[in-house]
Amino acid sequence: MGKYLLLKHYRGAPASVNDVPMDQWEPDEVTAHLKYMNDFADRLKSTGEYVDSQALSPEGTFVRYDGEGRPPVTDGPFAETKDLIAGWMVIDVETYERALELAGELSAAPGAGGKPIHEWLELRPFYGVHATATE
Amino acid sequence: MNEALLKELVPEVIGVLVRRGADFAAAEDAVQDALVESVRTEVSPRDPKGWLITVSWRKFLDAVRADTSRRRREEQAEAEPEPGPCEAVDDTLQLYFLCAHPSLTPASAVALTLRAVGGLTTRQIAAAYLVPESTMAQRISRAKKTVSGVRFEQPGDVSTVLRVLYLVFNEGYSGDVDLAAEAIRLTRQLAAITRHEEAAGLLALMLLHHARRPARTGPDGTLVPLAEQDRGLWNTRLISEGIGILQAALGRDRLGEFQAQAAVAALHADARTAEETDWVQIVEWYDELVALTDSPLARLNRAVAVGEADGPRAGLAALAGLDPALPRYTAVEAYLHERDGDPARAARLYVQAARSAPNIPERDHLTRQAARLNARLRG
Repeated sequence: MGKYLLLKHYRGAPASVNDVPMDQWEPDEVTAHLKYMNDFADRLKSTGEYVDSQALSPEGTFVRYDGEGRPPVTDGPFAETKDLIAGWMVIDVETYERALELAGELSAAPGAGGKPIHEWLELRPFYGVHATATE
Repeated sequence: MNEALLKELVPEVIGVLVRRGADFAAAEDAVQDALVESVRTEVSPRDPKGWLITVSWRKFLDAVRADTSRRRREEQAEAEPEPGPCEAVDDTLQLYFLCAHPSLTPASAVALTLRAVGGLTTRQIAAAYLVPESTMAQRISRAKKTVSGVRFEQPGDVSTVLRVLYLVFNEGYSGDVDLAAEAIRLTRQLAAITRHEEAAGLLALMLLHHARRPARTGPDGTLVPLAEQDRGLWNTRLISEGIGILQAALGRDRLGEFQAQAAVAALHADARTAEETDWVQIVEWYDELVALTDSPLARLNRAVAVGEADGPRAGLAALAGLDPALPRYTAVEAYLHERDGDPARAARLYVQAARSAPNIPERDHLTRQAARLNARLRG
Protein backbone atom coordinates (compact mmCIF):
# COMPACT_ATOMS: atom_id res chain seq x y z
CA MET A 1 0.00 0.00 0.00
CA GLY A 2 1.27 3.46 -0.77
CA LYS A 3 0.70 6.88 -2.20
CA TYR A 4 2.04 7.92 -5.56
CA LEU A 5 2.27 11.23 -7.34
CA LEU A 6 1.47 11.30 -11.05
CA LEU A 7 3.12 14.39 -12.53
CA LYS A 8 2.10 15.85 -15.84
CA HIS A 9 4.44 18.28 -17.61
CA TYR A 10 3.79 21.17 -19.96
CA ARG A 11 7.38 20.67 -21.08
CA GLY A 12 10.51 18.91 -19.87
CA ALA A 13 9.23 15.35 -20.26
CA PRO A 14 10.23 13.31 -23.34
CA ALA A 15 7.97 14.11 -26.31
CA SER A 16 4.65 12.27 -26.51
CA VAL A 17 4.06 9.84 -29.38
CA ASN A 18 0.98 11.75 -30.56
CA ASP A 19 2.54 15.17 -30.00
CA VAL A 20 0.15 17.78 -31.44
CA PRO A 21 -0.69 20.96 -29.45
CA MET A 22 -4.28 20.95 -28.23
CA ASP A 23 -5.31 24.06 -30.18
CA GLN A 24 -4.56 22.09 -33.37
CA TRP A 25 -7.02 19.29 -32.50
CA GLU A 26 -10.62 19.13 -33.69
CA PRO A 27 -12.89 20.76 -31.07
CA ASP A 28 -14.61 17.38 -30.48
CA GLU A 29 -11.24 15.83 -29.74
CA VAL A 30 -10.59 18.45 -27.07
CA THR A 31 -13.94 17.63 -25.49
CA ALA A 32 -13.24 13.88 -25.63
CA HIS A 33 -9.86 14.38 -23.97
CA LEU A 34 -11.28 16.45 -21.10
CA LYS A 35 -14.06 13.92 -20.59
CA TYR A 36 -11.52 11.10 -20.41
CA MET A 37 -9.56 12.94 -17.71
CA ASN A 38 -12.69 13.66 -15.64
CA ASP A 39 -13.96 10.10 -15.97
CA PHE A 40 -10.56 8.79 -14.90
CA ALA A 41 -10.65 10.82 -11.68
CA ASP A 42 -14.29 9.83 -11.02
CA ARG A 43 -13.44 6.17 -11.45
CA LEU A 44 -10.56 6.40 -8.95
CA LYS A 45 -12.89 8.10 -6.49
CA SER A 46 -15.32 5.20 -6.81
CA THR A 47 -12.55 2.63 -6.23
CA GLY A 48 -11.24 4.52 -3.20
CA GLU A 49 -7.84 5.18 -4.76
CA TYR A 50 -8.16 8.93 -5.41
CA VAL A 51 -6.47 11.40 -3.06
CA ASP A 52 -6.09 14.73 -4.81
CA SER A 53 -5.47 16.41 -8.13
CA GLN A 54 -4.56 19.96 -9.04
CA ALA A 55 -3.71 21.81 -12.23
CA LEU A 56 -1.11 24.58 -12.39
CA SER A 57 -1.06 27.66 -14.57
CA PRO A 58 1.97 27.77 -16.90
CA GLU A 59 2.83 31.20 -15.54
CA GLY A 60 5.19 31.54 -12.61
CA THR A 61 8.61 32.57 -11.44
CA PHE A 62 11.61 31.53 -9.32
CA VAL A 63 11.99 33.41 -6.05
CA ARG A 64 14.80 33.52 -3.51
CA TYR A 65 15.83 35.35 -0.33
CA ASP A 66 18.20 38.22 -0.99
CA GLY A 67 19.36 39.14 2.49
CA GLU A 68 18.06 41.04 5.51
CA GLY A 69 15.78 43.96 4.75
CA ARG A 70 15.81 43.36 1.00
CA PRO A 71 12.85 42.23 -1.07
CA PRO A 72 13.14 38.69 -2.47
CA VAL A 73 14.74 38.35 -5.90
CA THR A 74 12.64 36.90 -8.69
CA ASP A 75 13.84 35.21 -11.84
CA GLY A 76 11.15 34.61 -14.39
CA PRO A 77 8.91 34.01 -16.16
CA PHE A 78 10.36 30.55 -16.56
CA ALA A 79 12.89 30.13 -19.35
CA GLU A 80 11.72 28.10 -22.35
CA THR A 81 14.16 25.32 -21.43
CA LYS A 82 12.68 24.91 -17.97
CA ASP A 83 10.92 21.75 -16.94
CA LEU A 84 7.34 22.93 -16.40
CA ILE A 85 4.81 20.98 -14.36
CA ALA A 86 1.21 21.19 -15.55
CA GLY A 87 -0.45 19.39 -12.69
CA TRP A 88 -0.62 16.31 -10.59
CA MET A 89 -2.80 13.54 -9.28
CA VAL A 90 -2.14 11.73 -6.02
CA ILE A 91 -3.35 8.14 -5.78
CA ASP A 92 -3.34 5.68 -2.91
CA VAL A 93 -3.03 2.13 -4.23
CA GLU A 94 -2.27 -1.39 -3.03
CA THR A 95 0.77 -2.09 -5.19
CA TYR A 96 3.38 -0.46 -7.37
CA GLU A 97 1.99 -2.46 -10.30
CA ARG A 98 -1.41 -0.86 -9.80
CA ALA A 99 0.20 2.61 -9.80
CA LEU A 100 1.95 1.78 -13.09
CA GLU A 101 -1.27 0.49 -14.58
CA LEU A 102 -3.16 3.69 -13.67
CA ALA A 103 -0.38 5.96 -14.96
CA GLY A 104 -0.50 4.02 -18.22
CA GLU A 105 -4.25 4.53 -18.48
CA LEU A 106 -3.91 8.26 -17.86
CA SER A 107 -1.21 8.49 -20.52
CA ALA A 108 -3.59 6.86 -23.00
CA ALA A 109 -5.97 9.86 -22.90
CA PRO A 110 -7.15 10.56 -26.45
CA GLY A 111 -5.59 13.43 -28.40
CA ALA A 112 -5.36 14.51 -32.04
CA GLY A 113 -7.25 12.19 -34.37
CA GLY A 114 -8.89 10.61 -31.33
CA LYS A 115 -5.74 8.48 -30.84
CA PRO A 116 -3.97 8.04 -27.47
CA ILE A 117 -1.42 10.77 -26.72
CA HIS A 118 1.10 8.31 -25.19
CA GLU A 119 2.17 11.19 -22.97
CA TRP A 120 5.11 10.63 -20.58
CA LEU A 121 3.95 10.96 -16.98
CA GLU A 122 6.27 11.00 -14.00
CA LEU A 123 5.38 8.46 -11.30
CA ARG A 124 6.86 9.22 -7.88
CA PRO A 125 6.30 7.25 -4.67
CA PHE A 126 5.68 9.19 -1.47
CA TYR A 127 7.82 8.27 1.52
CA GLY A 128 5.77 5.96 3.70
CA VAL A 129 4.98 6.50 7.36
CA HIS A 130 7.43 5.25 9.96
CA ALA A 131 5.37 2.36 11.27
CA THR A 132 5.27 1.80 15.04
CA ALA A 133 5.74 -1.93 14.45
CA THR A 134 9.23 -1.43 13.02
CA GLU A 135 10.57 0.32 16.12
CA MET B 1 -33.04 19.36 13.93
CA ASN B 2 -33.82 21.58 10.99
CA GLU B 3 -30.33 22.73 10.09
CA ALA B 4 -31.49 25.56 7.83
CA LEU B 5 -33.67 27.04 10.57
CA LEU B 6 -30.92 26.80 13.18
CA LYS B 7 -28.46 28.52 10.83
CA GLU B 8 -30.82 31.45 10.48
CA LEU B 9 -31.01 31.83 14.24
CA VAL B 10 -27.24 32.09 14.70
CA PRO B 11 -26.73 35.87 14.37
CA GLU B 12 -29.74 36.57 16.58
CA VAL B 13 -28.52 34.22 19.30
CA ILE B 14 -24.99 35.67 19.18
CA GLY B 15 -26.68 39.06 19.72
CA VAL B 16 -28.58 37.72 22.75
CA LEU B 17 -25.37 36.40 24.31
CA VAL B 18 -23.56 39.68 23.69
CA ARG B 19 -26.42 41.58 25.35
CA ARG B 20 -26.16 39.26 28.33
CA GLY B 21 -22.54 40.27 28.77
CA ALA B 22 -20.50 37.86 26.65
CA ASP B 23 -17.89 39.40 24.38
CA PHE B 24 -18.31 38.76 20.67
CA ALA B 25 -15.55 36.16 20.32
CA ALA B 26 -16.78 34.09 23.27
CA ALA B 27 -20.42 34.37 22.17
CA GLU B 28 -19.55 33.28 18.66
CA ASP B 29 -17.57 30.28 19.94
CA ALA B 30 -20.41 29.27 22.24
CA VAL B 31 -23.04 29.36 19.49
CA GLN B 32 -20.73 27.40 17.17
CA ASP B 33 -20.29 24.74 19.90
CA ALA B 34 -24.06 24.56 20.31
CA LEU B 35 -24.50 24.17 16.54
CA VAL B 36 -21.99 21.34 16.43
CA GLU B 37 -23.82 19.68 19.35
CA SER B 38 -27.14 19.95 17.49
CA VAL B 39 -25.63 18.17 14.48
CA ARG B 40 -24.07 15.48 16.68
CA THR B 41 -27.04 14.72 18.91
CA GLU B 42 -29.83 15.33 16.40
CA VAL B 43 -32.12 16.82 19.04
CA SER B 44 -35.38 18.31 17.78
CA PRO B 45 -36.81 20.72 20.33
CA ARG B 46 -40.20 22.36 19.88
CA ASP B 47 -38.63 25.80 20.36
CA PRO B 48 -35.36 25.82 18.35
CA LYS B 49 -34.53 29.43 19.24
CA GLY B 50 -35.01 28.84 22.96
CA TRP B 51 -32.95 25.66 22.66
CA LEU B 52 -30.11 27.39 20.84
CA ILE B 53 -30.02 30.26 23.36
CA THR B 54 -30.03 27.89 26.34
CA VAL B 55 -27.38 25.55 24.97
CA SER B 56 -25.20 28.42 23.73
CA TRP B 57 -25.41 30.16 27.10
CA ARG B 58 -24.46 26.90 28.83
CA LYS B 59 -21.50 26.48 26.44
CA PHE B 60 -20.47 30.04 27.20
CA LEU B 61 -20.61 29.44 30.97
CA ASP B 62 -18.67 26.19 30.56
CA ALA B 63 -15.96 28.04 28.67
CA VAL B 64 -15.79 30.81 31.23
CA ARG B 65 -15.58 28.31 34.09
CA ALA B 66 -12.90 26.34 32.32
CA ASP B 67 -10.80 29.42 31.99
CA THR B 68 -9.52 29.96 35.52
CA SER B 69 -7.67 33.09 34.58
CA ARG B 70 -11.00 34.71 33.91
CA ARG B 71 -12.49 34.22 37.35
CA ARG B 72 -13.76 37.71 37.64
CA ARG B 73 -15.72 37.48 34.50
CA GLU B 74 -17.15 34.19 35.70
CA GLU B 75 -18.73 35.90 38.70
CA GLN B 76 -20.18 38.47 36.39
CA ALA B 77 -21.54 35.79 34.08
CA GLU B 78 -23.01 33.66 36.86
CA ALA B 79 -25.26 36.56 37.72
CA GLU B 80 -27.06 35.77 34.44
CA PRO B 81 -28.88 39.00 33.60
CA GLU B 82 -32.36 39.02 32.16
CA PRO B 83 -32.46 38.90 28.37
CA GLY B 84 -32.53 42.42 26.98
CA PRO B 85 -35.37 43.88 24.92
CA CYS B 86 -35.85 42.28 21.51
CA GLU B 87 -33.31 43.92 19.23
CA ALA B 88 -32.67 40.96 16.97
CA VAL B 89 -32.73 43.00 13.77
CA ASP B 90 -30.18 45.54 15.03
CA ASP B 91 -28.01 42.79 16.45
CA THR B 92 -27.93 40.97 13.13
CA LEU B 93 -26.97 44.15 11.28
CA GLN B 94 -24.22 44.84 13.83
CA LEU B 95 -22.89 41.35 13.24
CA TYR B 96 -22.73 41.96 9.49
CA PHE B 97 -20.72 45.13 10.13
CA LEU B 98 -18.39 43.45 12.59
CA CYS B 99 -17.68 40.46 10.36
CA ALA B 100 -16.95 42.70 7.36
CA HIS B 101 -14.92 45.19 9.40
CA PRO B 102 -12.38 47.09 7.25
CA SER B 103 -9.54 45.88 9.48
CA LEU B 104 -10.10 42.32 8.22
CA THR B 105 -8.61 40.88 5.03
CA PRO B 106 -11.23 39.80 2.47
CA ALA B 107 -10.56 36.10 3.14
CA SER B 108 -11.00 36.59 6.90
CA ALA B 109 -14.13 38.68 6.50
CA VAL B 110 -15.64 36.02 4.25
CA ALA B 111 -14.89 33.22 6.72
CA LEU B 112 -16.14 35.14 9.75
CA THR B 113 -19.33 36.22 7.97
CA LEU B 114 -20.13 32.67 6.91
CA ARG B 115 -19.68 31.43 10.47
CA ALA B 116 -21.14 34.19 12.65
CA VAL B 117 -23.85 35.48 10.32
CA GLY B 118 -24.34 32.45 8.09
CA GLY B 119 -24.24 29.86 10.86
CA LEU B 120 -22.04 27.47 8.88
CA THR B 121 -19.65 25.23 10.76
CA THR B 122 -15.90 25.61 10.37
CA ARG B 123 -15.82 22.23 8.65
CA GLN B 124 -18.35 23.34 6.03
CA ILE B 125 -16.52 26.60 5.34
CA ALA B 126 -13.19 24.78 5.05
CA ALA B 127 -14.68 22.28 2.60
CA ALA B 128 -16.19 25.06 0.51
CA TYR B 129 -12.84 26.84 0.19
CA LEU B 130 -10.84 23.60 -0.18
CA VAL B 131 -8.54 24.21 2.77
CA PRO B 132 -7.94 21.98 5.82
CA GLU B 133 -10.37 22.51 8.71
CA SER B 134 -7.54 23.50 11.07
CA THR B 135 -6.43 26.23 8.64
CA MET B 136 -9.94 27.65 8.48
CA ALA B 137 -10.33 27.45 12.26
CA GLN B 138 -7.11 29.43 12.64
CA ARG B 139 -8.20 32.02 10.09
CA ILE B 140 -11.48 32.54 11.93
CA SER B 141 -9.83 32.74 15.31
CA ARG B 142 -7.34 35.36 14.08
CA ALA B 143 -10.17 37.32 12.48
CA LYS B 144 -12.03 37.36 15.79
CA LYS B 145 -8.91 38.61 17.54
CA THR B 146 -8.61 41.40 14.96
CA VAL B 147 -12.12 42.68 15.62
CA SER B 148 -12.02 42.08 19.38
CA GLY B 149 -11.40 45.78 20.05
CA VAL B 150 -14.32 46.94 17.92
CA ARG B 151 -17.39 47.97 19.91
CA PHE B 152 -20.38 45.83 19.00
CA GLU B 153 -22.67 48.85 18.75
CA GLN B 154 -20.37 50.76 16.40
CA PRO B 155 -22.16 51.51 13.12
CA GLY B 156 -20.47 50.22 9.98
CA ASP B 157 -20.57 50.76 6.26
CA VAL B 158 -23.05 48.69 4.26
CA SER B 159 -20.81 48.82 1.17
CA THR B 160 -18.03 46.84 2.90
CA VAL B 161 -20.58 44.18 3.81
CA LEU B 162 -21.83 44.05 0.22
CA ARG B 163 -18.31 43.50 -1.11
CA VAL B 164 -17.85 40.54 1.25
CA LEU B 165 -21.16 39.00 0.19
CA TYR B 166 -20.25 39.52 -3.46
CA LEU B 167 -17.01 37.60 -2.88
CA VAL B 168 -18.91 34.72 -1.31
CA PHE B 169 -21.36 34.65 -4.22
CA ASN B 170 -18.59 34.53 -6.81
CA GLU B 171 -16.97 31.53 -5.15
CA GLY B 172 -19.92 29.54 -6.47
CA TYR B 173 -20.27 25.89 -5.79
CA SER B 174 -17.81 23.33 -4.52
CA GLY B 175 -18.16 20.72 -1.84
CA ASP B 176 -21.51 20.22 -0.14
CA VAL B 177 -22.16 23.90 0.61
CA ASP B 178 -23.62 26.04 -2.13
CA LEU B 179 -21.89 29.36 -1.43
CA ALA B 180 -23.90 31.19 -4.10
CA ALA B 181 -27.13 30.16 -2.36
CA GLU B 182 -25.65 31.12 1.03
CA ALA B 183 -24.66 34.54 -0.34
CA ILE B 184 -28.18 35.06 -1.66
CA ARG B 185 -29.69 34.10 1.70
CA LEU B 186 -27.42 36.51 3.59
CA THR B 187 -27.92 39.34 1.09
CA ARG B 188 -31.68 38.83 1.19
CA GLN B 189 -31.59 39.12 4.96
CA LEU B 190 -29.39 42.23 4.77
CA ALA B 191 -31.61 43.87 2.16
CA ALA B 192 -34.62 43.23 4.40
CA ILE B 193 -33.08 44.88 7.47
CA THR B 194 -31.31 47.87 5.88
CA ARG B 195 -33.49 48.90 2.94
CA HIS B 196 -30.23 50.09 1.34
CA GLU B 197 -30.56 50.52 -2.48
CA GLU B 198 -27.25 48.81 -3.16
CA ALA B 199 -28.15 45.84 -0.95
CA ALA B 200 -31.24 45.46 -3.12
CA GLY B 201 -29.06 45.98 -6.21
CA LEU B 202 -26.67 43.23 -5.15
CA LEU B 203 -29.54 40.88 -4.31
CA ALA B 204 -31.06 41.50 -7.75
CA LEU B 205 -27.67 40.93 -9.40
CA MET B 206 -27.21 37.62 -7.56
CA LEU B 207 -30.71 36.39 -8.37
CA LEU B 208 -30.34 37.25 -12.05
CA HIS B 209 -26.98 35.46 -12.30
CA HIS B 210 -28.15 32.51 -10.25
CA ALA B 211 -31.14 32.15 -12.58
CA ARG B 212 -28.76 31.35 -15.44
CA ARG B 213 -26.66 28.83 -13.55
CA PRO B 214 -28.37 25.71 -14.93
CA ALA B 215 -27.53 26.90 -18.46
CA ARG B 216 -23.99 28.02 -17.75
CA THR B 217 -22.36 24.59 -17.87
CA GLY B 218 -22.98 21.69 -20.20
CA PRO B 219 -23.68 18.16 -18.93
CA ASP B 220 -19.94 17.39 -19.19
CA GLY B 221 -19.01 20.42 -17.07
CA THR B 222 -17.90 22.57 -20.01
CA LEU B 223 -18.55 26.29 -19.93
CA VAL B 224 -21.43 27.51 -22.13
CA PRO B 225 -21.11 31.21 -23.06
CA LEU B 226 -24.13 33.47 -22.67
CA ALA B 227 -24.89 33.67 -26.40
CA GLU B 228 -25.05 29.86 -26.68
CA GLN B 229 -27.01 29.11 -23.52
CA ASP B 230 -30.32 27.29 -23.70
CA ARG B 231 -32.51 30.11 -22.42
CA GLY B 232 -35.26 27.62 -21.65
CA LEU B 233 -33.09 26.49 -18.72
CA TRP B 234 -33.06 29.95 -17.15
CA ASN B 235 -35.05 30.12 -13.93
CA THR B 236 -37.88 32.52 -14.74
CA ARG B 237 -39.04 32.77 -11.12
CA LEU B 238 -35.63 34.06 -10.00
CA ILE B 239 -35.50 36.40 -13.00
CA SER B 240 -38.83 38.02 -12.26
CA GLU B 241 -37.97 38.33 -8.58
CA GLY B 242 -34.61 39.93 -9.46
CA ILE B 243 -36.17 42.37 -11.92
CA GLY B 244 -38.85 43.36 -9.41
CA ILE B 245 -36.27 44.07 -6.71
CA LEU B 246 -34.08 46.00 -9.15
CA GLN B 247 -36.96 48.17 -10.39
CA ALA B 248 -37.93 49.10 -6.84
CA ALA B 249 -34.31 50.00 -6.05
CA LEU B 250 -33.83 52.05 -9.23
CA GLY B 251 -37.07 53.87 -8.42
CA ARG B 252 -35.42 55.34 -5.34
CA ASP B 253 -33.01 57.14 -7.66
CA ARG B 254 -29.76 56.43 -5.82
CA LEU B 255 -27.80 54.51 -8.41
CA GLY B 256 -24.79 52.42 -7.39
CA GLU B 257 -22.49 49.90 -9.02
CA PHE B 258 -24.48 46.81 -8.05
CA GLN B 259 -27.73 48.27 -9.38
CA ALA B 260 -25.96 49.13 -12.65
CA GLN B 261 -24.53 45.60 -12.94
CA ALA B 262 -27.94 44.14 -12.14
CA ALA B 263 -29.47 46.32 -14.87
CA VAL B 264 -27.09 44.74 -17.40
CA ALA B 265 -27.99 41.26 -16.13
CA ALA B 266 -31.68 42.15 -16.37
CA LEU B 267 -31.30 43.22 -20.02
CA HIS B 268 -29.71 39.85 -20.81
CA ALA B 269 -32.49 38.07 -18.95
CA ASP B 270 -35.08 40.02 -20.93
CA ALA B 271 -33.85 38.79 -24.32
CA ARG B 272 -35.58 35.63 -25.51
CA THR B 273 -32.70 34.99 -27.93
CA ALA B 274 -29.12 36.25 -27.96
CA GLU B 275 -29.94 38.25 -31.12
CA GLU B 276 -32.69 40.16 -29.32
CA THR B 277 -30.27 41.49 -26.69
CA ASP B 278 -30.53 45.26 -26.32
CA TRP B 279 -26.79 45.98 -26.56
CA VAL B 280 -27.30 49.72 -26.98
CA GLN B 281 -28.93 49.96 -23.56
CA ILE B 282 -26.28 47.64 -22.11
CA VAL B 283 -23.56 50.02 -23.33
CA GLU B 284 -25.43 52.86 -21.60
CA TRP B 285 -25.43 50.96 -18.32
CA TYR B 286 -21.72 50.25 -18.67
CA ASP B 287 -21.20 53.98 -19.23
CA GLU B 288 -22.96 54.54 -15.89
CA LEU B 289 -20.83 51.85 -14.28
CA VAL B 290 -17.61 53.38 -15.61
CA ALA B 291 -18.73 56.79 -14.34
CA LEU B 292 -19.52 55.32 -10.91
CA THR B 293 -16.45 53.15 -10.41
CA ASP B 294 -13.85 54.12 -13.02
CA SER B 295 -12.97 50.43 -12.93
CA PRO B 296 -10.82 48.98 -15.76
CA LEU B 297 -12.92 45.79 -15.61
CA ALA B 298 -16.07 47.83 -16.26
CA ARG B 299 -14.30 49.36 -19.28
CA LEU B 300 -13.34 45.93 -20.54
CA ASN B 301 -16.94 44.71 -20.29
CA ARG B 302 -18.07 47.91 -21.94
CA ALA B 303 -15.75 47.16 -24.89
CA VAL B 304 -17.50 43.80 -25.39
CA ALA B 305 -20.90 45.50 -25.35
CA VAL B 306 -19.71 48.21 -27.76
CA GLY B 307 -18.48 45.42 -30.06
CA GLU B 308 -22.00 43.99 -30.12
CA ALA B 309 -23.82 47.32 -30.40
CA ASP B 310 -21.60 49.11 -32.95
CA GLY B 311 -19.54 46.33 -34.50
CA PRO B 312 -16.17 44.69 -33.70
CA ARG B 313 -14.08 47.63 -34.97
CA ALA B 314 -15.79 49.93 -32.46
CA GLY B 315 -15.22 47.28 -29.78
CA LEU B 316 -11.51 47.09 -30.60
CA ALA B 317 -11.33 50.88 -30.48
CA ALA B 318 -12.93 50.80 -27.03
CA LEU B 319 -10.33 48.22 -26.00
CA ALA B 320 -7.44 50.46 -27.01
CA GLY B 321 -5.95 52.25 -24.04
CA LEU B 322 -6.80 49.46 -21.57
CA ASP B 323 -4.01 47.52 -19.89
CA PRO B 324 -3.46 44.21 -21.78
CA ALA B 325 -2.57 42.60 -18.43
CA LEU B 326 -6.21 42.93 -17.31
CA PRO B 327 -7.81 39.54 -16.65
CA ARG B 328 -9.64 38.34 -19.79
CA TYR B 329 -8.33 41.22 -21.92
CA THR B 330 -6.78 38.81 -24.44
CA ALA B 331 -9.94 36.67 -24.57
CA VAL B 332 -12.00 39.76 -25.40
CA GLU B 333 -9.44 40.81 -28.02
CA ALA B 334 -9.58 37.33 -29.58
CA TYR B 335 -13.38 37.41 -29.71
CA LEU B 336 -13.49 40.86 -31.33
CA HIS B 337 -10.90 39.88 -33.97
CA GLU B 338 -12.88 36.77 -34.80
CA ARG B 339 -16.01 38.87 -35.23
CA ASP B 340 -13.95 41.24 -37.37
CA GLY B 341 -13.16 38.39 -39.78
CA ASP B 342 -9.58 37.60 -38.75
CA PRO B 343 -9.72 33.96 -37.56
CA ALA B 344 -5.94 33.38 -37.73
CA ARG B 345 -5.19 36.26 -35.40
CA ALA B 346 -8.14 35.33 -33.19
CA ALA B 347 -6.89 31.72 -32.90
CA ARG B 348 -3.43 32.89 -31.83
CA LEU B 349 -4.97 35.21 -29.25
CA TYR B 350 -7.26 32.45 -27.92
CA VAL B 351 -4.18 30.24 -27.34
CA GLN B 352 -2.50 33.11 -25.52
CA ALA B 353 -5.66 33.82 -23.49
CA ALA B 354 -5.91 30.14 -22.50
CA ARG B 355 -2.42 30.31 -21.01
CA SER B 356 -3.43 33.09 -18.62
CA ALA B 357 -7.00 31.91 -17.94
CA PRO B 358 -8.02 32.31 -14.29
CA ASN B 359 -9.65 28.87 -14.00
CA ILE B 360 -9.81 25.50 -15.73
CA PRO B 361 -13.29 25.75 -17.31
CA GLU B 362 -12.28 29.06 -18.92
CA ARG B 363 -8.92 27.66 -20.01
CA ASP B 364 -10.61 24.69 -21.64
CA HIS B 365 -13.23 26.89 -23.26
CA LEU B 366 -10.58 29.19 -24.77
CA THR B 367 -8.52 26.21 -26.00
CA ARG B 368 -11.65 24.84 -27.67
CA GLN B 369 -12.24 28.22 -29.36
CA ALA B 370 -8.68 28.14 -30.74
CA ALA B 371 -9.18 24.55 -31.91
CA ARG B 372 -12.47 25.48 -33.60
CA LEU B 373 -10.88 28.35 -35.55
CA ASN B 374 -7.78 26.33 -36.47
CA ALA B 375 -9.98 23.49 -37.75
CA ARG B 376 -11.87 25.99 -39.89
CA LEU B 377 -8.62 27.50 -41.19
CA ARG B 378 -7.41 24.02 -42.24
CA GLY B 379 -10.61 23.91 -44.27
